[in-house]
Amino acid sequence: MTLLRLEPRGEASRAMVYATPLLAVALTLVSGFLLFWAMGFDPVKALHAFFIAPLMSLRGLGELAVKATPLVLCAIGLAIGFRANVWNIGAEGQLTLGAITGGGLALAFYGEGGWWLLPLMIVAGMAGGALWGAIPAFLRVRFNASEILTSLMLNYVALHLLNYLMHGPYRDPDGFAFPESRLFEADSVLPLLVAGTRVHLGSLFALLAVGLGWFLMARTFIGFQIKVIGLTPTAAGYAGFNQKKIIWLTLLLSGALAGLAGLGEVAGPIGQMNPTISPGYGYTAIIVAFLGRLHPVGILLAGFLMALSFIGGEAAQIALGLPKAITGVFQGMLLFFLLATDVLIRYRVRFGAKRAVVGRAVA
Amino acid sequence: MSAELALIGPILAAMLAAATPLLFAALGELVVEKSGVLNLGVEGMMLVGAVCGFAVAVQTGSSTLGFVAGAAAGAGMAALFGVLTLFLLANQVATGLALTLFGVGLSALIGQGFVGIPIADVPELYIPGLTDLPVIGKALFGQDALVYLALAAVPAVHWFLYATRKGLILRAVGENHAAAHALGYKVIRIRFLAVLFGGAMSGMGGAFLSLDYTPMWAEGISSGRGWIALALVVFATWKPGRVLLGAWLFGGVTIAQLHVQGLGIDIPSQLLSMLPYLATVIVLVVISRDVARIRLNAPASLGKVFHPDA
Repeated sequence: MTLLRLEPRGEASRAMVYATPLLAVALTLVSGFLLFWAMGFDPVKALHAFFIAPLMSLRGLGELAVKATPLVLCAIGLAIGFRANVWNIGAEGQLTLGAITGGGLALAFYGEGGWWLLPLMIVAGMAGGALWGAIPAFLRVRFNASEILTSLMLNYVALHLLNYLMHGPYRDPDGFAFPESRLFEADSVLPLLVAGTRVHLGSLFALLAVGLGWFLMARTFIGFQIKVIGLTPTAAGYAGFNQKKIIWLTLLLSGALAGLAGLGEVAGPIGQMNPTISPGYGYTAIIVAFLGRLHPVGILLAGFLMALSFIGGEAAQIALGLPKAITGVFQGMLLFFLLATDVLIRYRVRFGAKRAVVGRAVA
Repeated sequence: MSAELALIGPILAAMLAAATPLLFAALGELVVEKSGVLNLGVEGMMLVGAVCGFAVAVQTGSSTLGFVAGAAAGAGMAALFGVLTLFLLANQVATGLALTLFGVGLSALIGQGFVGIPIADVPELYIPGLTDLPVIGKALFGQDALVYLALAAVPAVHWFLYATRKGLILRAVGENHAAAHALGYKVIRIRFLAVLFGGAMSGMGGAFLSLDYTPMWAEGISSGRGWIALALVVFATWKPGRVLLGAWLFGGVTIAQLHVQGLGIDIPSQLLSMLPYLATVIVLVVISRDVARIRLNAPASLGKVFHPDA
């Protein structure tokens, strides 16, 4: 046929499952080098400013954890859904709703809160995100509407809702018409974990989510059902697994985690409500989920890597005047390379013309 | 009475214009899906088409070249998607999402130096007599050429799919790629060409936004229109004529949102901005609830990976 062709492997290569994310990162760095060079920047300097300089201080490492927190929280939930072929791409909206409901409580009880306020905000944030996830779940289960499109549309709806609130009910009454709320009081801000950084309690929740996500997928019957439904829906049907229940569960769960992430942002590093809560964490979390191989531990590592792309982008912007949009390009490229190299998991690359296949295993 | 009547013309014209980018993108995606490929990267392709079209038009001063560049850029993005999904057998849903995320970033990067730059308006059609007709003259006979091109694409796509041999083969590939392969059709080549066409159409839709509709470049200028176009294909149950209906419906919703406040109804503008997205959800629900109809009309191999040896 051609000089280069793909030959199916008998079974998926375990080694490649772990090797392709590293390969993708390497290819992204090479492309980044070429991209910086083409844009007229010193590529070595730019890559250093982007990927290494931000890690050289305690504050930088703290920022890494701060940015990784919402990414990991969202990605854990998304990955569980992706495993079951439930394509929730509405994490951005669910995150926003979590911030709206949880942060709304902080404003509602402004000046009259207590120790109970923060736990209540956390619950409200998770409930808000879960509610936003419940809409695509209901529409999919009841009306067969694609959750991809409905969850995505709800991202825009959530963003406009936030915008409305920031220009109306949530706006600081003494704020000169700026679309920002009052600064949250001490009783509605997540406690810091490490002095000298902005690492907050949310990071602990993210670690907890990693552990619980692993437990759910690896050690429970629900996790088993999720995996079977994702791999072979027909087999799951014969086994009597309730697919509708799994759709509900995965969307509610990922919504709640994204809501928690949103609450963590407004009650954490932001400390108030404003119209730009997230620089696209909900979308980047999709990349994090895939890069982490839909596995909680992988997601934790991938979350840090993508967090680095955010703070690296900011750092390179300040240090070298690199455009901030580079971050999005890097993130997109990384996912492309990952998807491209993933072919190696199930196929071998062969050179030369096809030989006669002798005694090929029956798949 | 005459004041309201005078409004109808501009509203109709604005609705047709608002429907145009959706029409381009949805018709392109329809052909792609008919060949059995689901490309969720429409939003990304529109954005890159929009910024490349704008950049070329600013540099050359020619909006025609801009549209061509927009189409080429959209096709280039689509080629990336095609290589990944058709040759490297990547998951189409994941790759489409990647294409959108990449397109958002890439367009912002390219568009850096073009934010806030004004551009000459695309000349509008003028037919003496017809364009001067009261009420509907301007709407029907006084639009930009691209609006008519999009409209002409509807019967053209329908004709190609249902009245030509190539269209029949494309549909066969989309319904059953294994059988089409067994008959000797080049499944991957046909799909790749369909994907390129879809990209070019999305790019045109994007370029229409930045060169003609807005006309300017701003980050994320398509604001979800690529996703709405995807929903339109489902709404249309994969029929080109119904895409037109859907695009007009959404054009209408977009324009209604702008005019509601003008009519003295007091709803905050941020809430009105939700309308197109809510309408998309509602329309999807109404169509999708009829499972049998979707199953009957959706290309049977949609989204499935094809490998000749597997």
